[in-house]
Amino acid sequence: MPAVVQLDEVHKIYESGEIPVHAVRGVSLTIEPGDFVAVMGASGSGKSTLMNLLGCLDRPTKGRYLLDGTDASSLDRNQLADIRNRKLGFVFQGFNLLARTTALENVELPMLYAKTRVAARTMRARALRCLDLVGLTNRADHFPSQLSGGQQQRVAIARALVNDPQLLLADEPTGNLDSKTSVEIMGVFQQLNAQGITIVMVTHELDIARYSRRNLVMRDGRLVSDTPVAGRLTAAAELQRILEAESAAQLTA
Amino acid sequence: MRLLSTIKVSLRALRRNALRSVLTALGIIIGVAAVIAMVSIGNGAKAQVEASIASLGQNIISVFPGNFTAGGVRGGFGTASTLTVEDALAIRHEIAGVVNLSPEMRDRAQILAHGLNWNTLVVGEDVSYLDIRIWPVAAGAMFSEADVRSAAKVCVIGQTVADQLFQGQDPVGQTLRIRNIPFKVVGLLARKGFNYFGQDQDDAVIIPYTSHLKRLARRPFLNSIVIQAASPDQMARIQQDITDLLLQRRNGREQDFTVRNQLELAQAATATTKTMTVLLGAIAGVSLVVGGIGIMNIMLVSVTERTREIGIRLAVGAHGRDVLLQFLTEAIILSSMGGALGVVLGVGSSQLISRLNHWPVLVSADAILGAVAFSAVIGVFFGFYPARKAAELDPIEALRYE
Repeated sequence: MPAVVQLDEVHKIYESGEIPVHAVRGVSLTIEPGDFVAVMGASGSGKSTLMNLLGCLDRPTKGRYLLDGTDASSLDRNQLADIRNRKLGFVFQGFNLLARTTALENVELPMLYAKTRVAARTMRARALRCLDLVGLTNRADHFPSQLSGGQQQRVAIARALVNDPQLLLADEPTGNLDSKTSVEIMGVFQQLNAQGITIVMVTHELDIARYSRRNLVMRDGRLVSDTPVAGRLTAAAELQRILEAESAAQLTA
Repeated sequence: MRLLSTIKVSLRALRRNALRSVLTALGIIIGVAAVIAMVSIGNGAKAQVEASIASLGQNIISVFPGNFTAGGVRGGFGTASTLTVEDALAIRHEIAGVVNLSPEMRDRAQILAHGLNWNTLVVGEDVSYLDIRIWPVAAGAMFSEADVRSAAKVCVIGQTVADQLFQGQDPVGQTLRIRNIPFKVVGLLARKGFNYFGQDQDDAVIIPYTSHLKRLARRPFLNSIVIQAASPDQMARIQQDITDLLLQRRNGREQDFTVRNQLELAQAATATTKTMTVLLGAIAGVSLVVGGIGIMNIMLVSVTERTREIGIRLAVGAHGRDVLLQFLTEAIILSSMGGALGVVLGVGSSQLISRLNHWPVLVSADAILGAVAFSAVIGVFFGFYPARKAAELDPIEALRYE
């Protein structure tokens, strides 16, 4: 089984402004199937650019990127779109669901753009299965505006999973959520990871990174640290703790 | 993405901003309605002109004498006395494809009956004249071949003459006097109304041309010869044959006659109304183009508003082409729905105009098809630029767009 992600000396230089910006300066990285990686770093460290490269939204200026054994560094716009559709799932900080479109239809969206046509009935069944996976079966017909932030992010996760991707990419998935909901979302991620899904997540919150298996730290476009997580948190236990603290607070009040 | 889902997504997007969609389509609705109404009015006018020209008779060729010139005074068209009854008979006997022919004499004269008098046109014609002009007899009958041969003192009269001289009495069988010569009225013609030139065609007395030549005319020359051809496609050939024959009969003298074809007249008359139709249609077409610009404007706004949506679609694997098609579909739906509503409004307003103003209105399928096709083309044309703009968005930028 090949590595899900293999980066060899990848550089990204933006030439759009007056001064070229060297956002990623020679990153080499291998991510094996079943890993759960958190990428951290200050803003401007190049972690977003790295995510865009991993997500095939952008091409490296230099270096090679193998995604599930396929060289993604020299593909054209449409080939990149097909790879995103087949091999990648995206979860964003701002959820990025289509408004006035039901949860179910949001989850169906990637299948609409699949290269091989999916029958409407199959699409519905697969979308429902993914909603079930994130615990939202009974919210399938709700619009995003009728869902809480945590529920919206679960819909986004279901959407990311619907085409059975090789890699789930999450960009600050808990950035817009309160701490309890954040833990719940991490619980979903840990559960998916336990089922064998590879996850790469960008975050700047240290305690969120502790739910992953491996932490990367970026600074000035370079990878400065790559460590396995010691004292990994489990979302279920943390949630239990939060609930106990809440009820204790209610008793004292 | 398959077409059906594209259309579904487009319809949903349009429904989301229902009022805006309707207002946008309104430009096309009004444009298409205007084109249809204007062209219908123009076509109605054209049909009316054509009908009034057809009332002159079908496939008519006329021969007129040339112009008279004496001592430097030029008499103008048709003033020469050069056309004879023999010319007319020669045409009738020698040229194939002539169905009817009538040598024509025209003169104004004062006529009297019952102590009333009236100045009218006295026309000398052959029996077949009424067939040529498609002019039925209302009472009595047309004079006969025998009357023509014997130069009988008989006449048929138009409704206006009957009204002026007989005032409600049955004129058939009565006598009227033309230049003091008594003529017996054998027939009353059906009402024909005004011709294309505004002349009252019913203000006339028709007598045999032989009678006109023998009893009224001062000179033995015809004013014209009216010829009816068997079919429109023979007219040019017959026209040429008549010219050749008459030139031959003049033994090389210069041409002192003119042969005219009714088609030319019809073409000249309908050309005017055609110009009017095109002009009205073009002005209405401008409003269609303005409507198209409205669509482009709204589509550009829509692309900007939905930048994030486009970003999401691109991120999950939509190709630029999918996004292009989606926005193009929206523009085409807007414009063709506008076109369909415009057809309804255009046909309706045409009928309304026709009722209120008593104008002849002719709604043609061509105008409807043309306007709808044009509005769809406008959707593609003005929708393409915004759609391409959407398709070329960078997914990263689009996702970050606030």
